[in-house]
Amino acid sequence: MINELGHFALILALGVALVQATVPLVGAHKGWRGWMAVGDPAAIAQFLLLVVSFAALTHAFVVSDFSLKLVWANSHTDKPMLYKVTGVWGNHEGSMLLWVLILALFGAAAAFFGGALPPRLRARVLSIQAWIGVAFLAFIIFTSNPFTRLTEAPFNGEGMNPLLQDPGLAFHPPFLYLGYVGLSMAFSFAVAALLEGRVDATWARWVRPWTLAAWVFLTIGIALGSWWAYYELGWGGFWFWDPVENASFMPWLLAAALLHSAIVVEKRESLKSWTILLSIMAFGFSLIGTFIVRSGVITSVHSFASDPSRGIFILGILAFFVGGALTLFAFRAGSMQAKGVFSMVSRETALVVNNILLAVAALVVFVGTIWPLVAEMFFGRKLSVGAPFFDQAFTPFMIILALVLPIGAMMPWKRARLGRTVRRLVPAFVLALAIGGLAWSLETGNSLMALIATFLGSWLVLGSATELWTRAAGSPARLRRLPRADWGKATAHSGLGITFIGIGLLLAGSVEDIRVAQLGQPFTVDGYEITLQKVEAVQGPNYTSTTGTMVVKQDGKLIATMHPEKRIYPVQRMPTTEAAIHTTFLRDIYLVIGDPQQDGGYAVRTYIKPFADWIWAGAIIMALGGLLSLSDRRYRVAAGARKTSTAPTHATPAE
Amino acid sequence: MLKKLVLSLVLLIWAAPIYAVQPSEVLKDPALESRAREISKVLRCPVCQGENIDDSNAAVSKDLRLLVRERLQAGDTDTQVIDYVTDRYGEYVLFEPEKTGANLLLWYLGPGALLLALIGGFFYVRSRRNASEGPASPALSSDEEARLKELMAD
Repeated sequence: MINELGHFALILALGVALVQATVPLVGAHKGWRGWMAVGDPAAIAQFLLLVVSFAALTHAFVVSDFSLKLVWANSHTDKPMLYKVTGVWGNHEGSMLLWVLILALFGAAAAFFGGALPPRLRARVLSIQAWIGVAFLAFIIFTSNPFTRLTEAPFNGEGMNPLLQDPGLAFHPPFLYLGYVGLSMAFSFAVAALLEGRVDATWARWVRPWTLAAWVFLTIGIALGSWWAYYELGWGGFWFWDPVENASFMPWLLAAALLHSAIVVEKRESLKSWTILLSIMAFGFSLIGTFIVRSGVITSVHSFASDPSRGIFILGILAFFVGGALTLFAFRAGSMQAKGVFSMVSRETALVVNNILLAVAALVVFVGTIWPLVAEMFFGRKLSVGAPFFDQAFTPFMIILALVLPIGAMMPWKRARLGRTVRRLVPAFVLALAIGGLAWSLETGNSLMALIATFLGSWLVLGSATELWTRAAGSPARLRRLPRADWGKATAHSGLGITFIGIGLLLAGSVEDIRVAQLGQPFTVDGYEITLQKVEAVQGPNYTSTTGTMVVKQDGKLIATMHPEKRIYPVQRMPTTEAAIHTTFLRDIYLVIGDPQQDGGYAVRTYIKPFADWIWAGAIIMALGGLLSLSDRRYRVAAGARKTSTAPTHATPAE
Repeated sequence: MLKKLVLSLVLLIWAAPIYAVQPSEVLKDPALESRAREISKVLRCPVCQGENIDDSNAAVSKDLRLLVRERLQAGDTDTQVIDYVTDRYGEYVLFEPEKTGANLLLWYLGPGALLLALIGGFFYVRSRRNASEGPASPALSSDEEARLKELMAD
């Protein structure tokens, strides 16, 4: 009964979305106020219906209702409750339902907070948002219905991929989707602006918070996924340039570019058509990401749906929205009149450079990701593009970006004097070089990578600090009164620097040891004395585990007692490694236990990973910076007060 | 049917895990071993989904790792080892695509696009420098004027 209610609510949501997609659009075109007003209640109704539908599916997973095919194929009564709930989106159908739920959430949020938007623009935004909803609801109902029943309910389910039964991965998809789908708002605003034929500072002030929020969620989602890969896959890698990872990384890069170019539109009324194009492409890449993951066209570790009919459907959606928006763009882009005038050396120019670097970097990732497909289809070559390519082709962009970032961030708008900006940054530069040199001399083998990464990272952090200090004119009291946007910017840029340092030092100074460890016989890795004390079998809720007890000492002092595990999930007949990780500020000790050996002992892998956690700490700091910026007074005012485009563009409090 | 067969094969491989590099595979000579590791990182496991042979648990990866070490011990250079493997398994196993033929497009697209974008950006910025400043505050559109009238009438 509850399942049928959920199914019915899903179909009703499609009906409501159809109304929301057409009526306000016609109303906006004809200037009929009543028709335009349909958008708000429709957006909220669509969201509530999808909440009902999603709740029904969650209920089915919680009570293990195996009469639903989806629950049977992806769940099991022995599974812990947390993974029964997260199992709702740990599969194709459920994750698509989550996708449209979040899409409707953003639509409802726009209706709810959009009181200050001009009614015509709001009607158009909501209607475009509903078009995307219609496409994906149809996709779910016609190709991936989560509410399909089995004629006879089996006694128990097939269980869920053990790799997904993990807290890091359980919350990875919702964050990622909040990011992907959040970019749909930028898309809807862009298409609405093209229909209106005008873009101004108010428009940018509306688009930027949505983009910023989407980018924050994407950052967290990607960091969670990377962290999961680090501790779960058992060899301590944190990024594999896997197609599915790239699928989330491309929208992240473009969202980062978009939220910078939107600043230029907001403050200086320039870069308008470029910002519109970026809004379209950022969401386009989210759709491409969905396509890559959902169709399994480029098979990869993560892909768990490989039915071509679904792929073709999503490709159709992608072609319709991106193609349609780009066609509209081609006709209307000319009407976007830029206003701001600026000189060759200015913040505007610096942000243009930022956008060029981020957009071309995203292009490189895109081409690298689809190249195997292109090469096979057009050149008859079956080949692979992996980490070595991306390391070489992508990294230079990030190095240039980090080099110019602190200088660009310090430059004033309109007209800057390079000498003056650079002079202020000299202390930061010298100090960063010194820190880089220190890392270089401390790191065994004097790695150049450690030098460059530490220098660039420190340069970003110290540059941000210099910027704040300069803005506050050297007074601590003023420092506290700086707008939160300034603090957010400095925090996010510092976070990037910290991630740089983490990646560089981890890659340069990681120590690895592979050996057969005999029980009770200590061995030494990088100054740590490690002993495998015992190995025992432990029974978990839905797995059996071989758990080792390992003691780590340094200079005779106990550092940690660690328990690496190897688990077997009998339902899926699948083993997983649970590495034991001991984290401190400067390094991780990472232990993996392998199989028992014929002549006694166990295969054991030990890694010492310096600065590993700085990578994700940096990402979280970046996200925090985004949140700080989002809480700036400017946006709260913009969301609350009735501001239309009569607001003069120069009266921005942040400057 | 075929799908089931593949699935059961995959399960079989998973159920009998052979963990990445085994202690028994490691060469005595640390210099040779570290070269072997570097080579293993650019070779793709032919039956896995996007793993290199160094990280992979598949049996064929183990064979390849042993093969790489065998060739190194026989005195091959790194390039010779990689060529030896690609001659037998095809360019599919190379994670770093060769810079030949159509692949040149892949390799030089990034730098080329950057150059073009920088040139385009330069001309854009120059055009903004020479443009004349527009009106300080934009004129109202017709429906905004209507809205203003409506508000004034309230």
